[in-house]
Amino acid sequence: MAEIELRQVAKKFGDLWAVKPMDLTIYDGEFVALLGPSGCGKTTTLRMISGLEAVTEGRIFINGKDVTWLSASQRDIAFVFQFFALYPQMTVRQNIAFPLESQGMKRAEINQRVAEVVKLLEIGHLLQRKPPALSGGDKQRVALARSLVRKPACFLMDEPLGALDAEFREVMRAEIKRLHLAQHATTVYVTHDQVEAMAMGDRIVVMSAAEVQQIGTPAQVYHDPANLFVANFIGSPGMNLVPGKYVGDEVHLRGGSVYPTPPAWRPTLAARWQRDDVIVGFRPEAAQVSETGAIRGMVYASDLHGSYTMLHVSLNGELRPNGNGEDTIVHIRARRDVHYVIGSLVRFDLNPEMVRFFDPESEKAIAKEVRG
Amino acid sequence: MTTSEAVAGGEPLRIKARRQINDRAIQQLFIMPTLVLLILWNVFPLFYSLFLSFTQYSHSGKAPPVWIGTGNFDALLNDPKIWAAFAVTGRYALLSVLSQTLIGFGLALLLRAKFKANGLLTTLILIPMMLSPVIVGMFWRLIFNPLMGIFNYMIGFWNPTTAPIWLKDHALISVVIVDVWMWSPFVMLLCLSGLKAIPDYIYEAAEIDRASPWRQFWRITLPHVAPLLLLAVLFRTIEAFKAFDLVMGLTGGGPGNVTETVSVALYRMVFQGQARTGMASALAYVVLIVIIAVSNVYIWYLNKMKEA
Repeated sequence: MAEIELRQVAKKFGDLWAVKPMDLTIYDGEFVALLGPSGCGKTTTLRMISGLEAVTEGRIFINGKDVTWLSASQRDIAFVFQFFALYPQMTVRQNIAFPLESQGMKRAEINQRVAEVVKLLEIGHLLQRKPPALSGGDKQRVALARSLVRKPACFLMDEPLGALDAEFREVMRAEIKRLHLAQHATTVYVTHDQVEAMAMGDRIVVMSAAEVQQIGTPAQVYHDPANLFVANFIGSPGMNLVPGKYVGDEVHLRGGSVYPTPPAWRPTLAARWQRDDVIVGFRPEAAQVSETGAIRGMVYASDLHGSYTMLHVSLNGELRPNGNGEDTIVHIRARRDVHYVIGSLVRFDLNPEMVRFFDPESEKAIAKEVRG
Repeated sequence: MTTSEAVAGGEPLRIKARRQINDRAIQQLFIMPTLVLLILWNVFPLFYSLFLSFTQYSHSGKAPPVWIGTGNFDALLNDPKIWAAFAVTGRYALLSVLSQTLIGFGLALLLRAKFKANGLLTTLILIPMMLSPVIVGMFWRLIFNPLMGIFNYMIGFWNPTTAPIWLKDHALISVVIVDVWMWSPFVMLLCLSGLKAIPDYIYEAAEIDRASPWRQFWRITLPHVAPLLLLAVLFRTIEAFKAFDLVMGLTGGGPGNVTETVSVALYRMVFQGQARTGMASALAYVVLIVIIAVSNVYIWYLNKMKEA
């Protein structure tokens, strides 16, 4: 069990920042997902925590102990690789026993420990097989068993489900979550799949372009994204972001609609927002289709998602992308039992609780002032 | 219409017929010369020598081969000189293959590391392998020369009067040294390809699993390379049992019969005075059987390793 602390940790490859200085504390027993598109530095961060990669700057602490310059083998961590990294010449049993044998543990204890994890992961029938003969899901089970068997201070997982089929991924996601709850071990989990991060993480670290964009619970990064990148990256589709002009207590949205700002936001916007341009952000489920809605647009496309219909609405009333990068197509959730004709007019309001405002220049979210 | 159709239909038919002959004929024309050469130079001698091995025959005499059954084989197996030749060959093969394996594998481990002149160094190391064995034998005779050869100076004997005369005092070791110099790169090349196929993350996993470098070598590196290493050993063992050109170039089998390998003994039997063609054919078959037997042990082991 362990707490991991990163203080101004950074990595440079040549002149290129792989990870810009970042601070992060992962608490004992916490499951933290490092999320971001490929090349954002999330794997490098994980490898620095593991000791497989040396830091360029900063310090890393595990349980308060400075491990910055300790090798991976000295850090008491387990690492689960995307491509499993099982030893192909050894049987499953030998693979699992390998870390224990490396420590020079007694045979009886090794047998007992192996039996424990084998039971936990239900891989008893695979013990005499060799890795090349296993399915992707079974390989990852064995890799998990090998990492669990040593009872390390923390688990580091580098896209452990990335190499699996969609079917196995669902199963293994649940399995990793179950293991985490059972072991309550500190876990850092790298993924580019936001669904995975949302489903598994106690907290999510969203990274992009070598920088931490936001650290928060899944609900925080979903509902209160710190900036436009997070707003767009989290959720599928991402948050609708519509540029507009702020006039009085209204925002004149691109496309022509006039959106009256929610009263709770007015002091913030009036007092602190001196410029006239602003970006209005809202999730598809924040929209409520109604005859009297303030925002209007034209149905561009509609997809039935089973329990709801996802409407693509063109705010400027054009049914073709105009190609100048000023398309204002938003995604809104509508009732599944109403048929929307493409090209018809639709009006909607926004749930005032779920509207967010962003600064177009800094791309950061505008914080709502709490009165009192 | 009907006439033009007939003409139109008849024309391609004729072309097709001509092509049919051509295709198969050309195929066979290309294969034939090779086939004829193979039969003349390989297949025929193989069976002819098998026949000769059961006869008393000398290619220099006028007498036709006389069938004597297993007489040649009886004589060979009771000849202490042949047993001595086999002993020399065995010692030579063991020393040479063992050293090549160790040195070749060691070189491969060193060259696996990523450094600047890696490619250049690898190419340079491979050069001995590309030379003709007879030439290698000739210039190593110069290198071993006690007066002007560089070898003794390199290993620290500065006084030619007290330095060992390699090709006389340690003739078999000399041949082994040259063979190792020449063929270690071959073992290295095979091992290197095996080593480079081991993905980095396997070693990272081993590092995470706290395996010492020693343990990583025995449990990961060696098992990964073992099949290729064994293949290299197989090739080199077969070659060592046939050792002829290098030995002839260096010592000619001497002094006396100290470096007389089976192949050299065979050569001497036919071409140096004795001209015992029938007996030599029998010996050639004995060598062939020994090589097949040894190879099969390796191949059996190789297959077992692959299954496991």
